Amino acid sequence: MNIYDIVFYLFAAITLASAFVVVTARNIIYSAFSLLFTFFGIAGLYVLLGADFIAVVQLMVYVGGILVLILFGVMLTNKITSVQIKTGTLQVIPAILGTALMAGVLIKIFTGTNWHSQMAQYPTKTTAYALGHILLTDYVLIFELLGILLLIALIGAATIARKEEKAS
Amino acid sequence: MELLIQAGIALAKILIVITVMLLTVSYLVYFERKISAWIQNRRGPNRVGWYGALQPFADVFKLLLKEDIVPSNANKFIHSLAPFITLFVSFATYAVIPFGPDIKLFGRTIQLALADVNIGVLYVLALTSLGVYGLTFAGWSSGSKYSLLGGIRSSAQMISYEVSMGFSIAGVILLSESLRPMAIVESQYGFMWNALIQPIGFITIVVSAFAETNRLPFDLPEAEPELVGGYHTEYSSMKFAGFFLAEYANMIIASAMIVTLYLGGWQFPYIDKFGLSMGLTAGIQVLSFLLKMALVLFFFIWVRWSIPRFRYDQLMNLGWKVMFPLSLLNLIWVAALIMIFNI
Amino acid sequence: MNLIPIEYYLILSAFMFAVGVTGVLIRKNAIVVFMCIELMLNSGNLALVAFSSYMGSSAGQIFVFFVMTVAAAEAAVGLAIIIAIFRNKLTVNIDEINIFKW
Repeated sequence: MNIYDIVFYLFAAITLASAFVVVTARNIIYSAFSLLFTFFGIAGLYVLLGADFIAVVQLMVYVGGILVLILFGVMLTNKITSVQIKTGTLQVIPAILGTALMAGVLIKIFTGTNWHSQMAQYPTKTTAYALGHILLTDYVLIFELLGILLLIALIGAATIARKEEKAS
Repeated sequence: MELLIQAGIALAKILIVITVMLLTVSYLVYFERKISAWIQNRRGPNRVGWYGALQPFADVFKLLLKEDIVPSNANKFIHSLAPFITLFVSFATYAVIPFGPDIKLFGRTIQLALADVNIGVLYVLALTSLGVYGLTFAGWSSGSKYSLLGGIRSSAQMISYEVSMGFSIAGVILLSESLRPMAIVESQYGFMWNALIQPIGFITIVVSAFAETNRLPFDLPEAEPELVGGYHTEYSSMKFAGFFLAEYANMIIASAMIVTLYLGGWQFPYIDKFGLSMGLTAGIQVLSFLLKMALVLFFFIWVRWSIPRFRYDQLMNLGWKVMFPLSLLNLIWVAALIMIFNI
Repeated sequence: MNLIPIEYYLILSAFMFAVGVTGVLIRKNAIVVFMCIELMLNSGNLALVAFSSYMGSSAGQIFVFFVMTVAAAEAAVGLAIIIAIFRNKLTVNIDEINIFKW
């Protein structure tokens, strides 16, 4: 049990436990709050896997962007004074049975496959250079398409969320 | 043994930096009051100690001894957590800021930065985006509509200005070809300061820094006279002091980042040509870093007491319609410079 | 050197995915369903980064990058839709949003 093992189990425990809270908490704010820890745990695992750039981008995009948006959604769709922030669940037992079956099949596949993996090397330099190089050579078309996708999403979100014009 | 010495050096650096930070924060409050008094032709604090020099400690005792009120409508857990998130974020940012060159002491090289992370600039950006949580949670958990509106107002403001801040930092990264703060400082040798090469980026980052630290032309999160405080309306005692300290700590970090990215960091122009001894050179460089920071901080305070507050829609218009295009323009300018001069 | 076998990361990712799917199936509030979708995307990302790291190639991390971009776009549009629905129906519970069901 060396230091990497301990760190792995720590982050894995944080991630799984907080993911569990996201699903089970009855208060939406607690769900959002524990989702924060899930994202942190995942970022820690990325660092452990040697993907430092992706880890920081995870913090910037998920924690700094998406989760803030979700929090805004929670705050704007729930009245502050009347506590309507708790929600219920539906069809718990069949859902859990189904997903348990799915998880079992996935784990069976993962453990049964013979992965031809080499030991992960910890890069001494940052991965940003390698990533930037691939992004602008091999995957440049997808990169441009993503730019267009983001533009469409921006326009779409602004159009859907804004109030109707009074004249129409 | 070697490991112990390394850990000892790291601990010593952390202790020194934290102590200096805390002292600077408390004295920054004092200087803000003194400078504002000077600008408004008043005297400012002058009762506690020599010319009021012990005023910060008196303030801290006052805040500590006050009653800590938690509104009955509040979500207690998140309400007490929020100031700690804010404080943690502002102090953690300081870990990657370099404040001096490598020095040799007792035969070993010591780096004058807590950690020289190779993606340090991104780390700062990621932590800045975390700062939003403290404000949002504080606003929501207080259970008061004024707090909530203040929280939403400030987080929207911070997110908007983060965009132009990110783009003006991208210009610096293009020039220095590195995300490591130490390398960015070293790339500004002599008078190759980024503020001189890309002046538009300098303007956008300074304006964004004002917005990110909620300082006066953009202090809508706390606009005391007209908008009933803000996210910290329901806070009192030490938790309020937490937000208060965090604001000043953020100012220090913002000025340190501006100095590191745009004003040459700890570099004193051409000091290695003067033929001074190694220790003296390093000393002057650390001093010049502190001096530059002090000048930027003075600018922060000066602006606060000279310029009136923006209205919220003006603030958003300025952020999205002026600062954002300007920072993009700066990026294009830097790219053109690199294309033409092959820097 | 990383001595943890790749299976551990994959099993963790499988568990996270299962938790996310459970959340999508059982929760009523559309925003929580949304968070659970993010959980599923994250578990996929974790598997991709694990593969990329154990293969010694950066391509997997590029895919994570793309997934994050799509997730950001999805979050923006999805929340805009949720807020538009809330404005019309004053609820975000998915079992009450049933005007298409006759």
